[in-house]
Amino acid sequence: MSTPEDVPAISLQDLSREYVVRTRRPGRLGRTRGVVRAVDGITLDVAAGESVGFVGANGAGKSTTIKMMTGILQPTGGGLRVLGRSPVPERRQLAREVGVVFGQRSQLWWDLPLRDSYGILAAMHRLTPAQHESRLARLVVGLDLSGFLDRPVRQLSLGQRMRGELAAALLHSPRLVILDEPTIGLDMVSKEGLRRFLRQDRAERGTTLFLTTHDMTDVERLCDRLVVVNSGTVAYDGALDGFREALGAPRELVVDLAEPRREISVPDGVTVMAVEADGIRHRIQFNGGEHKVPALLAHIGAQAEIADLTLGEPAIEDLVREIYARGR
Amino acid sequence: MAESTDRPVSLPRMVATLYGSRIRSQASFRTSFVADVLGQVLIVGTEFLELWVILAQVGVLGGMDLTQVAVVYGLGALAFGTADLFFGEIDGLSNLVRSGKLETLLVRPVPVLLQLSSLDLSLRRIGPIGVGLAMYVTALNLSGFAPGPAELLLAVVAPLAGAAVFGALLTMAGAMQFWLVDGREFANAFTYGGNYVATTPGAVFSLPLRAFFTFVIPATLVAYTPTLALLDLPGPALLPQWSGWLGLPAAAVLWLVAALLWRAGVRRYTGAGG
Repeated sequence: MSTPEDVPAISLQDLSREYVVRTRRPGRLGRTRGVVRAVDGITLDVAAGESVGFVGANGAGKSTTIKMMTGILQPTGGGLRVLGRSPVPERRQLAREVGVVFGQRSQLWWDLPLRDSYGILAAMHRLTPAQHESRLARLVVGLDLSGFLDRPVRQLSLGQRMRGELAAALLHSPRLVILDEPTIGLDMVSKEGLRRFLRQDRAERGTTLFLTTHDMTDVERLCDRLVVVNSGTVAYDGALDGFREALGAPRELVVDLAEPRREISVPDGVTVMAVEADGIRHRIQFNGGEHKVPALLAHIGAQAEIADLTLGEPAIEDLVREIYARGR
Repeated sequence: MAESTDRPVSLPRMVATLYGSRIRSQASFRTSFVADVLGQVLIVGTEFLELWVILAQVGVLGGMDLTQVAVVYGLGALAFGTADLFFGEIDGLSNLVRSGKLETLLVRPVPVLLQLSSLDLSLRRIGPIGVGLAMYVTALNLSGFAPGPAELLLAVVAPLAGAAVFGALLTMAGAMQFWLVDGREFANAFTYGGNYVATTPGAVFSLPLRAFFTFVIPATLVAYTPTLALLDLPGPALLPQWSGWLGLPAAAVLWLVAALLWRAGVRRYTGAGG
């Protein structure tokens, strides 16, 4: 059953995908035929057990790549193997070993209690009753599903449903987990809950994780490796450690104090960019590699009471632009 | 646990689980379900009433009297209702394509057609099935049905073969939507049109139309010709009595075409990417 460790979980060789787009011009009868290269020669090897954050701006080719990896879409150029299989011809066999979450579309049964979706999926994956029960028990505890397991899916909150979706994708204990924007629209607590369980599950089972997201924190918490795509090609591929620092893109912390203060002292290497609202709001920039937020907050908290705070991250688009600027 | 060994879910169990889930999810809206069933019964009843009014005027339709026509109508309604139960909503495929829901079906290890069929099982169609069955059995008895073993077999096989014929037609209509995103109406013309033809004595149609609905869309083979064989009536040109036995082979051929078309459709989808 088990494939050798040296077979890469994902192997993309110069993978390309073109779409034919027909556009109607105003005032003309015919339609013009254009070709859009959504994915333009991506080469990528992901070893079994690795965890990859696959990021890029909207339209960079992330979803198209995932569709090709899951056998939903045929490449128009290059080749790919996923878990040693060719995705489109072996789509259903592959589905037994891959768990997918499409953040934007549900794969649960809307009118049925959440629990029933797992019964149906267990049947589809032909699990044994013992496999089904023990795995579901693990997921219920890990993702804290017990409070709404018997509620129809349509009545669940977004946070609850996404936990349910993740459990649905993991029920058959897949070797490869592909998550397409799993935390989209979730609040901080729900995001953290999902991430915590994904880390646990990966530590327990050694699964390969392939994740697309717009939230760099997802990548930082879950991935050892970062791949940035832009216009259908790989713009950056490397370890996550120090990625942001290497780019020199600083993080921004904005604190609102309970009492106004003209200035606060900050550790070396941290800059107060601006003091606003008569000393209530302080904008602070720091390097995420050298300084951690809790320590910074403790430092400031010792001087003044913090009423509120926000943490700004460099946007993915900014990072991609930075990568390109450096490449030149 | 009843079983001592821990075995994977068997294929029939899996299929039963899929359909069972759909039944449960519909049973959760009880009032609308009852209203739906009643509405469907009313539609079937009205359609037959139409035939009855015609027959009250002319006495004989396509060489058949009222009870004989009722056999055709009941058999056709039973066959179409059964097919509609399993494949009736497949013509909504274009919605699944557009919403991206189809992708979630494609990443599961179960054929998409089976998932769609169970996903769309519409219990309200039990109404027409019940009416069709009642009409079929009653009218057979009233028309002096005196079966030998062969006729008895045909009486049982005919509704199933008819359901298979319509199931294949509905599947083809669904598969076409991989090409025609708004092909629902076009496809319905053949399936629901076929249903209309099937519930009508085939002799009333002109020869070219009769040929089309026998050799291209074998609607006359669903109910009309089996009724000829069951009641020992002579058939019109092109449709001899023995063609009443052709439902099953026709269904087999049709399903072969439907399966190929469906596969081509899925391949077209993975090629074009929605």
